[in-house]
Amino acid sequence: MSQRAAVRRKQAIFRWVTVSVVLAFFMLPLIGMLDFTTKVRRGGRTMATWKTLMNVSEISTKYPALKEGFIASIGLSVITVVIMLALLVPTMTWVRLRLPGMSRLVEFICLLPLTVPAIVLVVGLAPVYSWVFYLFGESTLWLGLAYVVLVLPYAYRALDAGLRAIDVKTLSEAARSLGASWFRVMWRIVLPNLRTAVLSASFLSVALVLGEFTIANLFSRRNLQVAMYQLGKSDAKISVAVGLLSLVFAFVVLFAMSFVGAQRSGSRRRRRPLAAAVAPAPAGTGSVKEPS
Amino acid sequence: MSVASPNAERGVAVELTELRRSYGPVNALDSMTLHLAPGEFVALLGPSGCGKTTALRCLAGLEDPDAGTITIGGRDVTALPTNKRDLGMVFQAYSLFPHMTARQNVEFGLEMRGQDKSTRARRAGDMLDLVGLSSQADRYAHQMSGGQQQRVALARALAISPQVLLLDEPLSALDAKVRTQLRDEIRRIQLEIGTTTLFVTHDQEEALAVADRVGVMRAGRLEQLAPPQELYARPATAFVAEFVGLTNRLAGRASGGRAEVLGVSLPLLAGSGDGNVEVLVRPEGIEATPDPNGNATVLSAAFLGAHGRVTARTDGGEQVEVQVASAALPSFEPGQRVRVTPRGDAALAVAR
Repeated sequence: MSQRAAVRRKQAIFRWVTVSVVLAFFMLPLIGMLDFTTKVRRGGRTMATWKTLMNVSEISTKYPALKEGFIASIGLSVITVVIMLALLVPTMTWVRLRLPGMSRLVEFICLLPLTVPAIVLVVGLAPVYSWVFYLFGESTLWLGLAYVVLVLPYAYRALDAGLRAIDVKTLSEAARSLGASWFRVMWRIVLPNLRTAVLSASFLSVALVLGEFTIANLFSRRNLQVAMYQLGKSDAKISVAVGLLSLVFAFVVLFAMSFVGAQRSGSRRRRRPLAAAVAPAPAGTGSVKEPS
Repeated sequence: MSVASPNAERGVAVELTELRRSYGPVNALDSMTLHLAPGEFVALLGPSGCGKTTALRCLAGLEDPDAGTITIGGRDVTALPTNKRDLGMVFQAYSLFPHMTARQNVEFGLEMRGQDKSTRARRAGDMLDLVGLSSQADRYAHQMSGGQQQRVALARALAISPQVLLLDEPLSALDAKVRTQLRDEIRRIQLEIGTTTLFVTHDQEEALAVADRVGVMRAGRLEQLAPPQELYARPATAFVAEFVGLTNRLAGRASGGRAEVLGVSLPLLAGSGDGNVEVLVRPEGIEATPDPNGNATVLSAAFLGAHGRVTARTDGGEQVEVQVASAALPSFEPGQRVRVTPRGDAALAVAR
């Protein structure tokens, strides 16, 4: 009896040690950033940087590049998510229903971007984009097309987990037999049952787009990360503070995601929590990449 | 053609004509023709892979036949998509939409037909009433048992007053007791509303119990289509005889339309050539009496409730199953000598 209690105590200690180490690993850089943004040269603390950051009108007049990058990144997130969903959800559903033999190929294509470094992607995309920019104008938002490719693997995994959890074939056949058109089948039956998967695919995509630096920088477009990088040369404190904010935002999004999943799995049987649904996606890639 | 439904005028005729469908080298449907009379309840029976589900899915529009025509109520629907065919369908797998309550599920088809909210609600209420689940209207699929889910699926299929009701092994996932209950209920409701119904199953008891006519399928063709009693008593082929009910295969000598089996001359239903044949005989077509000078030895005797079954080995080395009255069962002990004799009309068919 006492032996068992001892084992349990040991396990508890081990658990706490592990959690603490992992937390420290993630938190130390963040604390360092916070420390840097509040430090005054001769010792002491100041909240000046954060006050500036919280003052929307001041930050947008003082740092127009940051504002521009922020708006571009938000726009890119929306565009990427919309295109990704419009592309993947019907395709994956259709493959499941009518072309099950193609599912391996589709999976391979969707996971391929994982193996292609961003720089290689840019080399391949450069001629395409030179035409796009030439024909349709030099908007940063065109990057959304490249970002869709970038988020494919993560979005695919998340949606695939969702589709596995429901019997798409029977449900859509039932809906068809009741008189539903294919559009209604997608909108009324498939999508509502994929809600958590769609949410997680979208969250992951947003996190990835908000953290993207390489492609935007190589195409000389200004998104949030590029703006932060450029700002870092002139006003490091603001740059780091924004970096900290976007990191925390990404963490909060990923954290919220696991809660959304857990809540829904409680109300529905057979549904895996979202955290499990996105397990294959490495969190590090989804979070913000630090410039500098 | 027998049409049992008193509401037959509400049903429509359904005709599958010369349907062909192959998957690579496999012929799932091989020139299959099946005509359903208005309001008729036809069951398709057969081993897995015989094409019965393919036939139903072709009728539903979920599979496209390679050749052949399908008409519903005289209208050619062969090229029509599923959602335009006006069918109700119940699937083998639980198919309730998981994000909707039972009531919303039943309302779905009506909504697709653009009916207004109050009509939908009234109709859904009636349908849930019909399947005895009014009290479960606000439950989700995962809060219901398998049997309840299939009832709601039935209500959902019927809510749209379909021209044809398709049942694709709707009972196979249920346990034995619920299965019998729901089976009888499906028949009751079908008789009540008179919808022409095609029911696919691999369970012969189910098919015989509910259908007006049963079609036995084999390798993509209809082997026989007949009312249950006829199918059982006068199977057209050995395959049908063996698939429906228990049969003994007994060696015999055929000549002139009769065969000599275990010393008794039996008339054969279907003609066969003369010579050595195997004759199919049901356990209830054979009598067994304890007899020290008999022609067989009892191997085992089993009590099955209403009747008993004696398994014996003849002196010729054949194993014979004989059905006996439960009361007579104690007089059969393993090792005991018995005389087994086929009744005069016992022969069903000749195995080829």
